[in-house]
Amino acid sequence: MDVTKNRIEDRNIPEIVKAAIEKHGNGRDALIPVLSEINAALGYIPAQAIAEVRRQVHDPSRQVYVNESQLYSMVSFYQMLSTKPRGRHVVKFCESAPCHVVGGRQVWQALEDELKLKNGETSADGKWSLVTTSCLGICSVGPVILIDEDVYGNVTPKEVSEILAKYD
Amino acid sequence: MKTVRSLILVSEDEASNRLGARTLFQNLQDALQEFDLQEEVMLSTITDIGRSDALPLVIVYPEAVVYGPVRPEDAHYLIEEHLYKGRVAEDLLAPIRQLSGRIAWLRARKGTLPAEKRVVLRRAGRIDPESIDDYIINDGYLALGKALTKMTPAEVIAEIDKSGLQGRGGAGFPVGRKWSFVAGASGSPKYVVCNADESEPGTFKDRLIMEGDPFALVEAITLAGYAVGANTGYIYIRGEYALAYQRLENAIEQATAYGMLGENIFDSGFSFHIHMHAGAGAYVCGEETALLESLEGKRGEPRSRPPYPVTHGLWGKPTLVNNVETLANTLAIICNGAQWYRSLGTLSSPGTKVYTIMGQVNAPGVIEVPMGITLREVISIYARGMKPGSTFKLAQTGGSSGSIIPASLQDTPMDFESFRKAGVSLGSGALLICDETTCIVDLAKVLLQFFRFESCGKCTPCRVGTQRAYEILKRITEGQATLDDLDEFPRLAGQMEQTSNCGLGQSAAVPLRDILKYFRAEVEAHIRLGVCPAGVCPMTVERESAQTKTPVLAPA
Repeated sequence: MDVTKNRIEDRNIPEIVKAAIEKHGNGRDALIPVLSEINAALGYIPAQAIAEVRRQVHDPSRQVYVNESQLYSMVSFYQMLSTKPRGRHVVKFCESAPCHVVGGRQVWQALEDELKLKNGETSADGKWSLVTTSCLGICSVGPVILIDEDVYGNVTPKEVSEILAKYD
Repeated sequence: MKTVRSLILVSEDEASNRLGARTLFQNLQDALQEFDLQEEVMLSTITDIGRSDALPLVIVYPEAVVYGPVRPEDAHYLIEEHLYKGRVAEDLLAPIRQLSGRIAWLRARKGTLPAEKRVVLRRAGRIDPESIDDYIINDGYLALGKALTKMTPAEVIAEIDKSGLQGRGGAGFPVGRKWSFVAGASGSPKYVVCNADESEPGTFKDRLIMEGDPFALVEAITLAGYAVGANTGYIYIRGEYALAYQRLENAIEQATAYGMLGENIFDSGFSFHIHMHAGAGAYVCGEETALLESLEGKRGEPRSRPPYPVTHGLWGKPTLVNNVETLANTLAIICNGAQWYRSLGTLSSPGTKVYTIMGQVNAPGVIEVPMGITLREVISIYARGMKPGSTFKLAQTGGSSGSIIPASLQDTPMDFESFRKAGVSLGSGALLICDETTCIVDLAKVLLQFFRFESCGKCTPCRVGTQRAYEILKRITEGQATLDDLDEFPRLAGQMEQTSNCGLGQSAAVPLRDILKYFRAEVEAHIRLGVCPAGVCPMTVERESAQTKTPVLAPA
């Protein structure tokens, strides 16, 4: 966990926020893309980033009113945004019905056993986070897991360790 | 042996010859020469193949496309379209055989795949989704061109209204009426918002449209903007659809470069701009007012209605919110007319529907078929039957917020009206086919787990109701429930249906009713006998949940 922390502090949060705002705009309607961008850059949205977004977006002269609690309420609402540091690799498992009925339960069991993590946990070495997610829209090849940006379909419990071994 | 690219067969029998098959053959030969294809394409004859209704026939391999009846003067056109340009000449296709009676019809359809009727997905997979040139060659921008140069906005709306198109997002609201509400609303500016937040589990039709034919969506939104009098459009796409996002962004860029988007489109004086907006992962944002909240940069919590978005939508202005598939349908209607559109589907639900098929079938995937096809047909024809050794038990339609369809409703035509009458709902077009290995209680538990997780928490009936229902279902799967618990279901379902703020809470109650209505015996077996007939539920309390007796709330 310390590793992640140091890394975050090394980065220039005001710069990252500024770049995100330049890319997506500084209106209220740009907030979700801006926050997504920051989340992608840092892996999560730390409190400093929330304060920084407010500082750079809130502007009564343009009639854009934003406060930190609103931003926090958004970050905690959307599943793709995280308030807590995540592991280097995030394993997302689809827990919706289409994957469930074609053997998803067993795959989830295999993931839990292999990573020794429960839903929402991050491993002590900061390598893995395991989360469930709602449908990813790739249902014809269920059960589906998503590791970072990589999609794996038709997963069987046996394949789980093989797939995980590809990441370091 | 000489290798050829294609083989053309012309029917040669007395009836065909009488109808000009010989001249046709000669004309085809000439046309091949004209296009300099005689080396690549082989021309031959075939005798009676049992299609005397459409003689003379022309069959083109390797695609095995059957044309008929083909007149001698069609030869040039046919060669140009199919063999020179490489696309099927739709208007010459032999009609699907007219037989009466369900069995005859089934038999006639079986083996003649694809008997699909692709309207929305007609270009997906056939064109380069990143090239506007390819799109334009394949009839792109015909609809918008026609609307902008030859039709008034009111005429466009009237045509859509006449077509009887219903919203394809799940509710089935008449599209023409929605458009006229927005057009007639006072207040400006107006907005068009495309709901591409496709998060209904098992539904991925919109992803296919956006990835396979992104220009069509861009064109359709522009068309809708013209009809309702808006100059700004938004595409709210779910954050998980990275490829679709890229392609749409590219489509907007290219369309702008070609003058199909932006200022003064087709010199008509009409200007339109489209903005992309990615969500960040929230099922409830598929609900239109939650989507608007999210677009405005807030938590995606549904608004109280009325007022409806047609008068008070984005930034409080009149806003048209339509699903991707709905919009994609409008292009074909403007091109081919409402009359043509009504020739597809059923009287109350015209047109086609894109379904995504999943579960225990041989061929899961996506199909587009006319409205009114039955579930049995979908499974036995398009999905090539149940997996070996599986027996159909139930289907779950429309993702989580649809209905559970038992075997007894397999022959109900799938359209909005018939399903409504049968007390079930069609939803967004996902068909999850389950066999004997699926436990009804376990399935309902997964659905409620989903709703409990995705409930935005704004209104109490949904926030607490989904949690309560999940707890009861979990108790049933652990063998801890009593029959009194079952009485709780209708009560809970009634409260959620009547008092929830939005469709999420209302539809979360549906599985509770459905499982008792169709599968009461199986549910009671869990309670009375302590067994799970499908052998899925643990039927014992897991150690952890026994220790933590405190109610566990849904994770944030």
